[in-house]
Amino acid sequence: MKPFEYIRAEGIDEAGTAAAGGATLIAGGTNLLDLMKLQVAAPGTLVDIGHVPGLGDIEETAEGLRIGALVTNSALAADPRVRKGWPVLSRAILSGASGQIRNRATTAGNLLQRTRCPYFQDPASPCNKREPGSGCPAKGGVSRMTAILGTSENCIAAHPSDMAVAMTLLEAEAEIRAAAGTVRHLPLGDLYRVPGDQPDEETTLQPGEIITAVHVPHVPAGSVQAYRKVRDRASYAFALVSVAGIVRMEEGRMAEARLAFGGVGTKPWHDAEADALLTGRRPSEALFGEAAQLVLAGARTEEGNAFKVPLLSRTMKAVLRELTGAAPASPGTDRTEAYA
Amino acid sequence: MQITLTVNGETRDMDLDPRVTLLDALRDHLRLTGSKKGCDHGQCGACTVLMDGRRVNACLVLAAMAEGAEITTVEGLGRPGSLNPLQQEFVACDGFQCGYCTPGQIMSATGMLAEARDGWPSHVSESLAGPVALTDGEIAERMSGNLCRCAAYPGIRQAISNCAGTSAEAAKEAAE
Ligand SMILES: Cc1cc2nc3c(=O)[nH]c(=O)nc-3n(C[C@H](O)[C@H](O)[C@H](O)COP(=O)(O)OP(=O)(O)OC[C@H]3O[C@@H](n4cnc5c(N)ncnc54)[C@H](O)[C@@H]3O)c2cc1C
Ligand code: SF4
Ligand code: FES
Ligand code: FES
Repeated sequence: MKPFEYIRAEGIDEAGTAAAGGATLIAGGTNLLDLMKLQVAAPGTLVDIGHVPGLGDIEETAEGLRIGALVTNSALAADPRVRKGWPVLSRAILSGASGQIRNRATTAGNLLQRTRCPYFQDPASPCNKREPGSGCPAKGGVSRMTAILGTSENCIAAHPSDMAVAMTLLEAEAEIRAAAGTVRHLPLGDLYRVPGDQPDEETTLQPGEIITAVHVPHVPAGSVQAYRKVRDRASYAFALVSVAGIVRMEEGRMAEARLAFGGVGTKPWHDAEADALLTGRRPSEALFGEAAQLVLAGARTEEGNAFKVPLLSRTMKAVLRELTGAAPASPGTDRTEAYA
Repeated sequence: MQITLTVNGETRDMDLDPRVTLLDALRDHLRLTGSKKGCDHGQCGACTVLMDGRRVNACLVLAAMAEGAEITTVEGLGRPGSLNPLQQEFVACDGFQCGYCTPGQIMSATGMLAEARDGWPSHVSESLAGPVALTDGEIAERMSGNLCRCAAYPGIRQAISNCAGTSAEAAKEAAE
């Protein structure tokens, strides 16, 4: 690690001022310290926000839940309200990392974790995301873990988070505080940027902005939710492909249908057209196939990740079968209950 | 910088570079070498300790970040001659071969059993509603953050299962 100054912020104002002055925030540290050891990140000043009061609670609001930025992944997945009302969020978190890491990983830190592209993590290699203009060796190189949707000539790195896929599905919004103290809400879809010609710019956060919470709206009771993650080993591995979904059936039709995807996009992936195609229709294999084709229409593949096209298609259909009751539910598929 | 850590109930003052991790502070500065360094990147679990009662990877925490927390290492569970039940079961069940991963396994299992008692579900739990039955599959999933290069996994799971108060088979039957 390169030398740095360590500051423990006692309050949000102090953290905001330090961040506006160029300091890097550290929450759980499970991603940032890893990258600092690799010298991929080398902050001059580290502001530890782990003890800032007011960021560690899950509160019920009229619209749903307000999840503080410092709520750990473990606490969020185990929260009884989340398990009943937003089971897909518990399932997505529990499918990621390990018990130890989830105990430290925070809600905001998880959303903002960096890609696991091996070239990004190796400072000896070129990488447009780490060193703009240096090239993208993942193209034509080791690309098993890279994205097929939202990619550009300059970068094909996948967003690694499982939790963010469930949050995207749930139409969550980040609560963001500027150093001046003003607060704005931003749908997650607008928090993340696709790489385009600036793969180093991953989010729309401005200097000095801090994520203070994530708001997750209510989901109607009686809907079925699922998170299915496909990976190279049964546990403790990042997704090759993951599918999160919610369906509410009414008289044999999908009154509501929403899907989101992980492991395949340069950001947690959502396809509004596929949701619209499914919504209001009777479930059928033909319809599921049509929806999969729609999601994959813009896919661009490399030799090393072309398998993700059929894999995503099959995983998506398997999840839709369980969500609509055409196949029995396996662990990962849960019926939403009113949590109150 | 001046850092005060509370380890196994004792308060210890140190003068450390901010870069020192909790793991290095424990091993190199406090000479508590039970916690092991396998990967130094959160991937193997050899460095697992309890922080305020919850298991964490000490290699991914700065010592400065751990100030004010209660840290428990394997030395705090039991000593030769006065092993705690989990340590005894690891011996009885052949829960190790070379022993390098063992302190991390035991600390992780300690944290994991507390999580299960608190009703936390896992990725393989059929229902999120609980209660948790610690079947062999549940133990394997919950312990996946601890790698064992000697593949002593069957003995490790058996040792943990014995301490869960009920054998994996009995828990399975109860679940069915
Ligand atoms: C071995 C291993 C396996 C893993 N497997 C998975 C997996 O399968 N699935 C998965 O989803 N994840 C996985 N992870 C990643 C893990 O989920 C993340 O490391 C973790 O969620 C990051 O949270 P943190 O609080 O530790 O973030 P930190 O490391 O503290 O911070 C991450 C980034 O977020 C910024 N930040 C933190 N908080 C804020 C805030 N409030 N406002 C603005 N910026 C902020 C930091 O400046 C930093 O840039 C794995 C990690 C490891 C080490
Ligand atoms: S895919 Fe993106 S992160 Fe990976 S090497 Fe290319 S530019 Fe870097
Ligand atoms: S040394 Fe900490 S997880 Fe491997
Ligand atoms: S006993 Fe040798 S690594 Fe586990």
